[in-house]
Amino acid sequence: MPRLLRHTLLILLPLVAALALAPALYGNHLLLFNVIVFLTLAQGINIIYGFTGYLPFGYVGFFGAGAYGFALAVMHLHALPLVALAAGGLAALLLGVLLTPLLRLSGAYFSIANLAAALAVLQIVSNPALESVTKGPYGISLSGVFDPALAYGVALAILAATTFLVIWLRHSRFGMALQAIREDAISAAMAGIDVVRGRVVAWLLAALVAGLTGSVYAWYISVFYPETVFGGEITIFAIVFALFGGTATILGPILGVVILYGIYNAIGISAPQYFQLIYGLLIMGLVLFLPNGLASLLRRRGIDVP
Amino acid sequence: MKAETLLAADGLEAGYGGVQVLWGVDIAVLERETVVLLGANGAGKTTLLKTLLGLVPAWRGAISFLGEDVTRWRTDRRVRRGLVYMSEMAVFAGMTIEENIGIGGQSLSRSALRRRTAELYDIFPALGERKRALAASLSGGQRKMLGIAKALAADPRLLIMDEPSSGLSPLFVKEVIHVLARFRARGLTLLIAEQNIKFLKLADRVYTLDGGRIGFAGTVAAMHENDALRRAYFGLR
Repeated sequence: MPRLLRHTLLILLPLVAALALAPALYGNHLLLFNVIVFLTLAQGINIIYGFTGYLPFGYVGFFGAGAYGFALAVMHLHALPLVALAAGGLAALLLGVLLTPLLRLSGAYFSIANLAAALAVLQIVSNPALESVTKGPYGISLSGVFDPALAYGVALAILAATTFLVIWLRHSRFGMALQAIREDAISAAMAGIDVVRGRVVAWLLAALVAGLTGSVYAWYISVFYPETVFGGEITIFAIVFALFGGTATILGPILGVVILYGIYNAIGISAPQYFQLIYGLLIMGLVLFLPNGLASLLRRRGIDVP
Repeated sequence: MKAETLLAADGLEAGYGGVQVLWGVDIAVLERETVVLLGANGAGKTTLLKTLLGLVPAWRGAISFLGEDVTRWRTDRRVRRGLVYMSEMAVFAGMTIEENIGIGGQSLSRSALRRRTAELYDIFPALGERKRALAASLSGGQRKMLGIAKALAADPRLLIMDEPSSGLSPLFVKEVIHVLARFRARGLTLLIAEQNIKFLKLADRVYTLDGGRIGFAGTVAAMHENDALRRAYFGLR
């Protein structure tokens, strides 16, 4: 069986099935929805960081752009949710196109410039002078299109598409070319790989993933403030989850979300007073002892992680 | 039958920052010939090769490949056209031998790549035995072999090599020359920058580079007849 098909059947299918059945068995649907959101965002980080090496500290900018793209389409154009979803994805894509010059930067410079760009978008969106367009800092209410059950299903579909994209990248020549670029861009060019095109495509795919996720998030919660969808902790979570599991793998980000978001919610409920302490120690331990994620732990023992 | 000019540089000048390294280099490589570029350290060999490949921009002059002016082309486009540069530095350490060869031959169809890979494992049995090993685990000589295999996987029209003998034991140098001779016999065109005169065995023509200028251009036999060159490169009186 080709590996693409095998990983689709063994990883993607069970994941989607479990999340489709979960609402019937577990009452906290918001938590389940957030799991889907972070699974998708962590895979989005995986696409851009795992396959090209760019670590976008401002990744939430695309998420927020998607949420506002969705909201503005609903508020001003009275668009149907599924149409508004496309508008959200488009908004994130446009932001991605606008930010492609950042790809000229490398390492921390890229990360910081991307963070600044996300903050700039937040400042524009939450500007009181734009109240007639974005409602400024006063937040958005989309009660007219509120439909959490359908939004949950759409979010799951976006997760499935994103995970499939990662599976494809893992096994396609394009994904292999991206990993070559990540290792050494000059050597990749010397192997005939179009470095610029590869980076831009990965960047825009990651932007689109976050934009669609932001859109469906706006739809699901339907009432939010600029800080809700541009919050820096969304980026941090997505990055930490992806890195904890191991990037450039299919399973890594999934494991990261299940384990760390699980612990996050468990501590948050059982010992909220120690929450930040425990979580901080966990992340420090991760950086010190497992910089390449759980996948590297297994790989060191000769186990190939899909 | 006159062989076609594959690669030609005309009045090439290049350098780094304010430092000029190449001062008007003219060089041509004809189809199916092997050209060896001799020169001491610092003569500008690597800079010339990198300029031909587009890794260092040309200040002045023109480069044509397969009849097209490629002077302003990006490196990856020149490589896809068949101008391939072999460097063991260009081996991806974090990837397996097989993946490295796959990246080298990414422009081939899947079945053509499979055939090519099998053929390369045949030529380099040491690589075939460890195809799932990370390139990082290879020795210097094996890594050089992988660099050559990766470059050959691309099915180049012209293979450019920068000092393939550097860092290799005499035995390995012999093996590299043997492998190159095999491909040369099959019609591969080669441009090799070297200090090791053993590579002259392969050469149809020789250029010497001195202070960023071409000193001598001609056949190996003509080079032997030139006393000054003989002293400089062969150390003979």
